[in-house]
Amino acid sequence: MTTPLLEMRNITKEFPGVKALNNVSFSVAEGEIHCLVGENGAGKSTLMKVLSGVYPYGEYSGDIIFGGEVQRFSGIRDSERVGIAIIYQELALVPELTVYENIFLGHEIRKGLVVDWNETIRRASQMLKKVRLDVNPATKVKDLGVGKQQLVEIAKALSRDVKLLILDEPTAALNEDDSANLLDLIRELKAHGVTCVLISHKLREVIAIADSVTVLRDGQTVCTLSAAKGEISEHVLIKHMVGREINNIYPPRERAYTDEVTLEVRNWHAYDPNLGRQILKDVNFHVRKGEIVGFAGLMGSGRTELALSIFGNPEGYHLQGELYVKGRKTTLHHPHDAIKAGIAYVTEDRKGNGLILIQDVKQNITLANLEEIARRGVVDGNAEVKVAEEYKTSLNIKTPTVEQKVSNLSGGNQQKVCVGKWLFVKPDILILDEPTRGIDVGAKYEIYTIMTRLVQQGLSILMISSELPEILGMSDRIYVVSSGRISGELPVEEASQEKIMHLATN
Amino acid sequence: MSFVQNIQKVLRQNIREYGMFIAMFIIMAIFTFTTKGMFISSRNISNLLNQTGYIAVLAVGMTLVIVIRHIDLSVGFLAGFLGAVAAIALVFWKLPVFVVIPLVLVLGVLAGLLTAMPVAQLGIPSFVASLAGWLIYRGALLLSTMSTGTIIIPDATFNAIGNGYIPDIPGLDFFLPKVHKLTLLLGVIAIILFIANEINARRKKQAYNFEVLPLDMFILKLVFVSLLLGGVTWVLAGYNGLSWTVVIVLVVVAIYHFVTTQTVLGRHIYAIGGNPEAAELSGINVKKLTYIVFGSMGMLSALSGILFTSRLQSATTTAGTLFELDAIAAAYVGGVSAAGGVGKVTGSIIGALVMMSLTSGMNLMSIDISLQYIVRGAVLVLAVIFDVTTRTRGK
Repeated sequence: MTTPLLEMRNITKEFPGVKALNNVSFSVAEGEIHCLVGENGAGKSTLMKVLSGVYPYGEYSGDIIFGGEVQRFSGIRDSERVGIAIIYQELALVPELTVYENIFLGHEIRKGLVVDWNETIRRASQMLKKVRLDVNPATKVKDLGVGKQQLVEIAKALSRDVKLLILDEPTAALNEDDSANLLDLIRELKAHGVTCVLISHKLREVIAIADSVTVLRDGQTVCTLSAAKGEISEHVLIKHMVGREINNIYPPRERAYTDEVTLEVRNWHAYDPNLGRQILKDVNFHVRKGEIVGFAGLMGSGRTELALSIFGNPEGYHLQGELYVKGRKTTLHHPHDAIKAGIAYVTEDRKGNGLILIQDVKQNITLANLEEIARRGVVDGNAEVKVAEEYKTSLNIKTPTVEQKVSNLSGGNQQKVCVGKWLFVKPDILILDEPTRGIDVGAKYEIYTIMTRLVQQGLSILMISSELPEILGMSDRIYVVSSGRISGELPVEEASQEKIMHLATN
Repeated sequence: MSFVQNIQKVLRQNIREYGMFIAMFIIMAIFTFTTKGMFISSRNISNLLNQTGYIAVLAVGMTLVIVIRHIDLSVGFLAGFLGAVAAIALVFWKLPVFVVIPLVLVLGVLAGLLTAMPVAQLGIPSFVASLAGWLIYRGALLLSTMSTGTIIIPDATFNAIGNGYIPDIPGLDFFLPKVHKLTLLLGVIAIILFIANEINARRKKQAYNFEVLPLDMFILKLVFVSLLLGGVTWVLAGYNGLSWTVVIVLVVVAIYHFVTTQTVLGRHIYAIGGNPEAAELSGINVKKLTYIVFGSMGMLSALSGILFTSRLQSATTTAGTLFELDAIAAAYVGGVSAAGGVGKVTGSIIGALVMMSLTSGMNLMSIDISLQYIVRGAVLVLAVIFDVTTRTRGK
């Protein structure tokens, strides 16, 4: 066996309150295609950030040995210098610059003090040939499709004599043809001696291309499997990925749902004009009164987009299909309409578009329904405090006063403020998008208890979650979303982590 | 807790709010000292307030524009242009004042909506959209005054807006002959209303069991504000009394202060400034509010134009030059955050007063105009540094 090109030994990386990586070891042999798989939050991206120097030496513990030498990167430039290149999910190209400018951005070919554009274009053309991309190097990157942009990224990496190429979910945004092309290219690069680490959720791809696979789970290495020994199969991979013990406890719950359908979506299509592609394809689902319906799937599968397209479509997707709220067919043009129709949406990104961080707890709680505490357009400040105090008590929000700025609260308490805000609009249908992301176990349990109480009171809950134990522990019924489609519907009794992962990675 | 400790605690918790007042007192004290009391004379303070008027109303509107993360550069020449329109309507079209003023205010609203259109509909940066307005209104002002040059306005009613004072109560000459009695009376009423309002609000809060200031601090606040109101009243009453300009500014500030602090509309505006995405997802129509805020800015520009034209008793070809930057500076000095979502109408008014006090005081000291600009620039940057540091350090 060849010597490893890269060895990461006992890597531990902690964030405040969370151990993102716990004693992870990861070894890549020279000239192989090595896949890294694991659920969302398993630590794949963190591991790659440690490797590339995004988290510099000293912020983690453990050793990185690359090309036989111990490396102490203090930034991305250091890792690039030894020949490591990472291509992220979100492409790092400058859309307004041309292909050749992008390829040599930061490594411009100089002649004296000025850039030698002729040489740049000549070399860029060579690189493009290597990645089999047939475009004029003077094309602006924004005029290329996502698949071609990815090839430009690879060309950029190759122009720097890359030894180890890391691709973070490169096919997530690509169609079948582009994906197949990309995989072919990776094989070809391997033949030219480029070692490749591929992070992917698409297990079929992984099986098709990998020489070896490392599975991460909850910040730890589960195992490394080798294709040559015939160890890799979908079944085995899924088993290792989800083999987590369910140690979260869920509050006991009786069946609360009736036959009354409160929300139904039929033949729902959405096109995102900004991305220029179809993001939802023929989605059909329904939610009943008193029911918790889980939406499982991988990140980027289109679950948040589905929620937003229902919730007044603030992103301006082009929609097709029918939406029924409490039995009546409706069109919602703005979140305001959705709120009036009885829908509330608790965002997955509470800091980005959920809370107003510079305002206090009470202002955040009352924001979506100020009319309730106002008379002829004038807000009753005292009534506001009373409302906020009520939610502070009933949701157990830990804050000295409701006049505290929400930026000073912990993640779990911020999440409760979000929930309180949306309960105050008195909804019939509550959409919770990753309701427990980034909050601690105790706060999670409290959120679950609140959800249980709400469905007992007759609310319908649509819960989007990437955590399978949570989906299994809280839902009455589960839809699995994959690439903008509903790829399966399961009653919770029939569902298992393996079944869901199988549907989600299809 | 002791009295002194209470003061320290209240000051520390509210340093941002009180800092601007303290700064203004220091500036006024310095000028009073250096000008041997000339600065604090009734005549000078009265003039100072009247000069601040047309910038103050712009600063009020600009506060809201900056709060929703925009800027409006067009307001200066818009004010100049609409002032010229008012003059033309009065002098050449012979329209009565009571038609001209509403007409000009409506035109101002329309102009504001026009600025808002590319911003709200297409997401064009307001800097660019209003810079276009700056050029257009400057051209419009030159065009409308081209054939005539300066337009002199003979209308006494119109000119009183910028130069006149409220009438006094007749037949009271035997009592304090040199003092404006109505102004004094209004001042007393204002103090009584303020105290009654404060006590009322405190009772309500206590009824809900909310936290209130300790009693000694509460009384101190009442005494302090009453003295301040009384002092200003006495100084103004010693000259000609309240001017119409001050009355108009007070009404504008009262309305905008009420709207921004007490109403749903105001809360929505601050929510948009704090986080536009979150506001949109909370059912707030960001587009509509952008129109409202720019529309109000346009109306206040018109008002500013009326105040300035009336004060000069004429429309000139350069009216409105640099008003927009004075208004923006006043807002920043008054604690409005460029990042959006933070800022008070009352703060901007204090900011406008601080800037105008500097000009007035330095004029009295016969300091050269070149140095005046440098001092005002330094004060602007110091005010913003103070604001930013207390904000990040504060709770």
